[in-house]
Amino acid sequence: MKTIQKLLLGLGAGLLLIGCGNNSKSDSGAMASSNAEKVYVAPGEHDEFYAFLSGGYSGNLTVYGLPSGRMFKEIPVFSQFPTNGYGYSEESKAMLNTSFGFVPWGDSHHPDISQTNGKLDGRWVFINENNTPRIARISLETFETEEIIEIPNSAGNHASSYVTENTEYVVAGTRFAVPNPQKDMPIDEMKGEFKGPLTFIKVDQEHGHMEIDFQINMPGFNYDLSHPGRDKSHGWFFFTSYNTEEAHSMQEVNASQNDKDFIAAVNWMKIKEYVENGGGTEVAGTYAHNIYDESTMMATTEMKEGVTSVDPREVPGAVYYMPVPKSPHGIDVNPTGEYIIGNGKLSTQLSVYSFAKMQEAIKNKDFDGDAYGIPILKYESVLEGVVDSGGLGPLHTEFDGKGFGYTSFFISSEVVKWKVGTWEVVDRQPSFYSVGHLTIPGGNSREPFGKYMFSMNKITKDRYLPTGPELEHSAQLYDISGDKMELLLDFPTHGEPHYAAAIPADLIKSKSKKYYDLEDNNHKYAAKSESATRVERKGNEVHVYATTVRSHFSPDNIEGVKVGDKVYFHITNLEQDFDVPHGFAMIGANTSEILIMPGQTKTIIWEPKREGVWPFYCTDFCSALHQEMQGYVRVSAKNSDTKLRWSLDDEWKE
Amino acid sequence: MNIPFLLKSSASIFLMLCLLGCNSSAKSESVDKITDAKTNSDEVSLSNKGQAFIEGDSDAVNALKLAINSPDHTTLVAAVQAAGVENALVNVGPLTVFAPTNAAFDKLDKATLEDLLKPENKSKLASILIHHVAPSNYPIKTLEKNIEKERKLYMAGGQYLEVTKQGQDIYVGGTKIIASVNVSNGWVHIIEDVLLPKN
Repeated sequence: MKTIQKLLLGLGAGLLLIGCGNNSKSDSGAMASSNAEKVYVAPGEHDEFYAFLSGGYSGNLTVYGLPSGRMFKEIPVFSQFPTNGYGYSEESKAMLNTSFGFVPWGDSHHPDISQTNGKLDGRWVFINENNTPRIARISLETFETEEIIEIPNSAGNHASSYVTENTEYVVAGTRFAVPNPQKDMPIDEMKGEFKGPLTFIKVDQEHGHMEIDFQINMPGFNYDLSHPGRDKSHGWFFFTSYNTEEAHSMQEVNASQNDKDFIAAVNWMKIKEYVENGGGTEVAGTYAHNIYDESTMMATTEMKEGVTSVDPREVPGAVYYMPVPKSPHGIDVNPTGEYIIGNGKLSTQLSVYSFAKMQEAIKNKDFDGDAYGIPILKYESVLEGVVDSGGLGPLHTEFDGKGFGYTSFFISSEVVKWKVGTWEVVDRQPSFYSVGHLTIPGGNSREPFGKYMFSMNKITKDRYLPTGPELEHSAQLYDISGDKMELLLDFPTHGEPHYAAAIPADLIKSKSKKYYDLEDNNHKYAAKSESATRVERKGNEVHVYATTVRSHFSPDNIEGVKVGDKVYFHITNLEQDFDVPHGFAMIGANTSEILIMPGQTKTIIWEPKREGVWPFYCTDFCSALHQEMQGYVRVSAKNSDTKLRWSLDDEWKE
Repeated sequence: MNIPFLLKSSASIFLMLCLLGCNSSAKSESVDKITDAKTNSDEVSLSNKGQAFIEGDSDAVNALKLAINSPDHTTLVAAVQAAGVENALVNVGPLTVFAPTNAAFDKLDKATLEDLLKPENKSKLASILIHHVAPSNYPIKTLEKNIEKERKLYMAGGQYLEVTKQGQDIYVGGTKIIASVNVSNGWVHIIEDVLLPKN
């Protein structure tokens, strides 16, 4: 009986599938071939846009081209990266220091490109780490991580790393309310006791250096995402929050009890002024601030103590709550800065708030009570309209600069295009599957480039050839130049691409650095010529000042190293030409290889464990004689009297 | 290796014009080919010509750029272009180029030259040019060491050249090195004769 049922079911499913198959086939054909042309970037041609996709659990940032969907580079940020030695090399290890010690991994989330006057300026891209709260800054000249700052007193830095319209601030939020200051206390006494600090990090306009300016010690809701005001709402920042129930367990049910949660509207300019005038209190908070210096090629960590904490109730007119239905996720502001979009992720509707109405309600004290002393603006007074999409699970919205918003719907797995002002839905397209974030180049700035939009999907399933149970994630590129969105291309991404920032290639490609000038190399252990190469012993530390050039190391023979020594290979790449890196790998090294760019010096430690003659080699196929690019280290017993000496082409020195 | 006769300068000008002529026809031919292959723009097809055509990679010049910038090597450059071996001279190398001057080419037998310039002998011309290139870096110091250690100098064409020293001068394949330049992809040694491979 059961077998028959199964058979019938199978047959039914089969017919359904066949039906679907036929439909999708007839959908392709002529249209698909013109779509192919739209994404085809011929060999030797360049893409029109750079896209910086969050590397998610890899802790990194990946660089793609649009419309081709080709990946150009993976930039290591919060994680060790054996490809080039980031986080392993002596120069870069400090980048991963935190107040919890060395953390070799991170969960990177939301990249955002620096702006000037609300427009993408292509100086830096920022990205936040959720797990051990941090924000990184990456140079768009070198495409390297230059700085990482930890956020103290916070947990789950998710509402980050969005920048204000002149990159005055980059923000960090607290998604998991915690005691502030941290203390040993019963979990079920969290209500009213936990806090959700929002951190404003000042950005130095010349070097991009970050500095924590102040933390707003907000009530302990879960601050999920954020977006700065633009243009007319510049000076404000908006944060969504969920779990206003302050549940501490089984949140999937307990945090969905309230009909409405809150958007926190923060007048940061007012708080900035308050702090400048001596407002706020100095509270404890230990955090690491790591900076990579391009000149010395060395990252250093400064452990800092204390931040300025601001009680939002003590700055009148600075912080308000706006009610928003059903556990909102994304919050977005349209290019004019007038409309603030709350994406209630358990709702079918988007709530659109008017900045002008918000100002009016504040003026009229049009409040609906307060939450922990923070005034709640009356929902009806600030609401401008709703986008009644019919979809389910709105998460994020981007804008095309032509008067339309594009919202992702996770549950109904689609992208919905709607008109700003009338709030009517004008188009909808399925996404495959369960879209999270969307990106339009400049789509969260004053000036979006509304030609392409891509969705970053959480679920991949059958989109590519199967690769076992574990799959990479998937993005989909849509042409949004016409009235209707057109799906052009699928391309895989590292999981999970929480968000991406994209920018016209012309804004950055000409200033992309080609190599490091050897003259500007101020690395302490650099050997800038073969005549400067040497080996020095300091106790059981052996420092090898070596160089690489096509196609040999200098020195390439070293003797007098002993078991138990700590050998520092300081390798300087003497090349001064584009794309001539050299690698260095040593047998038995417990670290990684290093990849050294022209003009750069990198250091790796090797601790020889056994006597013998051990080879090293260049890992990068640098030249025609790359395979010859190798050398030997003779390792003698701990108590041996083998003389320390080194050579290239049998010219021994000691 | 026999060094041929001197040529009249008018003949050398004729030769250069010839070489340049070959060069431009070769160029338009390759562009046509690429255009036929159908890409989106002409700019694209140019960018697919190879590494020799990338601008602004380095402040230091590569072996080909050095020759192009030298008024004493116009014949060599023309020959390189005629033989279509530009990309080999800008490759990451490392390579050492023994670069005959215009005067060195002038010493060649006129009939030999004319023969080389015939389209059917393009590969022969290329093989002669490749005989001027040694893979790896050979600064003067390393060449001196070759003499000291009795190491051979392997040329990219497959043959070996003898390195000798007379007084302070280094000779390669019997011709004197009159100047040396470090380039971004190796070394260029300027020589007084064209090196003709055996056979």
